[in-house]
Amino acid sequence: MKLRNPTGSIRRRLVVQLGLIAALLSVAFFLAIRVVAEGAATDTQDNILAASATSIAEAVYSDSGEVRLELPYSAITMLSTVSEDRVFYRVLVDGQTLTGYDDLILPQGRRGPAFDTFEYRGEDLRAVRVTRMLSVQDQPRQVEVVVGQTRLGLSAISSRITTNAVAIGTVFFLVATALSFFAAQNAMQPLDHLAQAVARRGPNDLRPVTAATPAELVPLVGGLNGFMGRLSQALTRSEDLITEAAHRVRTPLATVRTQAEVIHRKMKHPSNKKALREMIRAVDESSRSAGQLLDHAMVTFRSDQLERQSISAADLLRDVVDRLQPTAELKDIQVTLDLPSEPVSVQGDAILLQNAVRNVLDNAIKYSPVDSDIAVRLEADTQCRMAFIDQGRGFGQADLAQLTARFSRGSNVDDVVGSGLGLTIADDVARAHGGALDITSNTEGPGACVTLVLPLS
Amino acid sequence: MRHFGFAALLSLLTVSANALELEESRSYPAEAAASELRILSTADVEIFEPIILAFQSENPGVAIQYDVASSAQVMRGLYEEGAEYDLALSSAMDLQIKLANDGLAQSYSSPITERLPDWATWHDQVFAFTQEPTVLVISKAAFQNTPVPHSRSALIELLRTRPETFDGKVGTYDVRVSGAGYLFATQDSRNSENFWQLTEVMGRLNARLYCCSGQMIRDVADGTLAVAYNVLGSYAQSQLADNPGIEIVEMDDYVSVMLRSAVIPVTARSVADSGAMIDFLASLSTRPDLAAQTGLPPVEKLRPDEAPERRPIRLGPGLLVFLDKMRRETFLRSWTSSMEQR
Repeated sequence: MKLRNPTGSIRRRLVVQLGLIAALLSVAFFLAIRVVAEGAATDTQDNILAASATSIAEAVYSDSGEVRLELPYSAITMLSTVSEDRVFYRVLVDGQTLTGYDDLILPQGRRGPAFDTFEYRGEDLRAVRVTRMLSVQDQPRQVEVVVGQTRLGLSAISSRITTNAVAIGTVFFLVATALSFFAAQNAMQPLDHLAQAVARRGPNDLRPVTAATPAELVPLVGGLNGFMGRLSQALTRSEDLITEAAHRVRTPLATVRTQAEVIHRKMKHPSNKKALREMIRAVDESSRSAGQLLDHAMVTFRSDQLERQSISAADLLRDVVDRLQPTAELKDIQVTLDLPSEPVSVQGDAILLQNAVRNVLDNAIKYSPVDSDIAVRLEADTQCRMAFIDQGRGFGQADLAQLTARFSRGSNVDDVVGSGLGLTIADDVARAHGGALDITSNTEGPGACVTLVLPLS
Repeated sequence: MRHFGFAALLSLLTVSANALELEESRSYPAEAAASELRILSTADVEIFEPIILAFQSENPGVAIQYDVASSAQVMRGLYEEGAEYDLALSSAMDLQIKLANDGLAQSYSSPITERLPDWATWHDQVFAFTQEPTVLVISKAAFQNTPVPHSRSALIELLRTRPETFDGKVGTYDVRVSGAGYLFATQDSRNSENFWQLTEVMGRLNARLYCCSGQMIRDVADGTLAVAYNVLGSYAQSQLADNPGIEIVEMDDYVSVMLRSAVIPVTARSVADSGAMIDFLASLSTRPDLAAQTGLPPVEKLRPDEAPERRPIRLGPGLLVFLDKMRRETFLRSWTSSMEQR
């Protein structure tokens, strides 16, 4: 079966369909009540009419050869006990009117009391004809009695029945609709539970769903669990791949660089020495690029499922500055840490933040001239601001906003090894944490000021 | 009542113009008459006049033509001759029911008629506005040394044991000529096992037969009769002041209560006025002064414990039974043979 509205709510569809069924049943119920009850009311009137006509027929007697009738009082009053209907009667002997209304029509019928409905004196009349044989001086005489009654009482009963049937049908419909609403709610509950159970999970929780599920949901849950298993495997594999790749690229490059340095020292010829220096530079570039590429991959991978924990910004900066101290010392660069007295903590992924800070500081060291200063300053107002101020060449004429794009480098840095990924990584990390990377020129002299802005925890 | 002379002149014209046999006719013109209400009634002008005047003072735009005829004439006029009237007021309940049942009446309904007791309306076409009990009227003089009977069996006993006192001095309706008398007699025959016995006893005492309550009461008053049976209580009550010699006795076993009723004939033209008059009559119980003036006891809801012996004659098709020509024939035959044993 094709769904007409595949995005429509199942619950609503269920309620609407059950409501329609309830409405149909209510109408059927109403019609059934009317048919049955009105049939019963008509039967009741017919029975009373027949009883009246019979009792009149019984009251016909013969008196010295003459057919006479003493109209029984009860024969007429029994018709008017409940309603105020008009009553007509006619008694015939051998087709001749004996007494009563001689224009009253005779209902036709062969056996038993014959009933008919017709218009008489301006109103609908229900009439019965009862026949009886009477022996008058050994001669059989046919006595026919017709009794008719208007149908006001019947239509009053009918309208009462209709009112009741409408009321019952409406109540039935309302109750059935309310119940179908509850039924739909109830039927949808396992689905809601499942959705909540899946939504409540942490970013790294890829365990199979084990909550008890109804039979109809077992294929869905099975499919979901299979999917999550594959996803989990794929994630583990790519994480492994990144680590593996970093290891496999960096280690041989380091070996090559060490060997090249050793050879460089032994070389005497200046042209060879220069070639080897070019090679070392290329290896450095490759090693750094590989590292940054892997860092970038790691950032992209981890940003999708951020692990948040409370991190002391001061500790983070101190740690990174300590790690890069040797690199800075190679160029006689003095890195100064300016930390506030009170602790500043941010909420975030420790590995990513470390990565970001390392890349920014590494960048600063790389582009700073020999024997200069880099100031690392931590400030906290409404946000946590980590500023890295160098005395390098700055960003020249490059569009500052373009600098964080992937593989984009400043226009004045061709002589320095770089992949253009450092600031991109820092920017991605800042964004993933709801922060930003501000890049400006140093206001207090030459150089640049890069600020990593993060929300406070 | 300045306009009576004029009214009398008018009435003469009306009588001659009508095919009906009217006993009396009177016009009540209105100063700014917007419509005319023509009433055909069995109640005498003197009795009904206060009601007409009170109605006109509330409805000044309605001129009223009030014609009086016997109940049989009322029936004949409306049933057979198609006489044009806006309202038929009659004490002949059976004939009023026959008019309605046979489709010669119009329906009417108002908040006032809705408030009438169930037994006082039928089919929204017949509206009772008085409840008049039938009573025994006795001559005080004749009962000086005789205990007054309070039930039919006591009356039978008395008549039986004192034939010399009551011979020729008992009066009742001639049911062959009086519609009301026939109604009371047939209801008696349904209500009491003593009825035929009482008829026989009265027949043996050479009972005098009357067409109307009025004459019976006068005859009791002047000593011609010692007892009159089945007299309309309302008439007797109104005659009581003029005839101190009579006494009204309500029976203990049961009292047939006749309902005077109003019907709007199909020939009616000013139906709105007819409805207004029906409402006025149906609310007669709220005007005790009028009720006292006319001597017509208005319809009131009876509490069951109040007067259990009072039985309002039931409005409904049951009344048609005794109108059946064969049933009437049989009844009159029995009644005549009981009453005339000569």
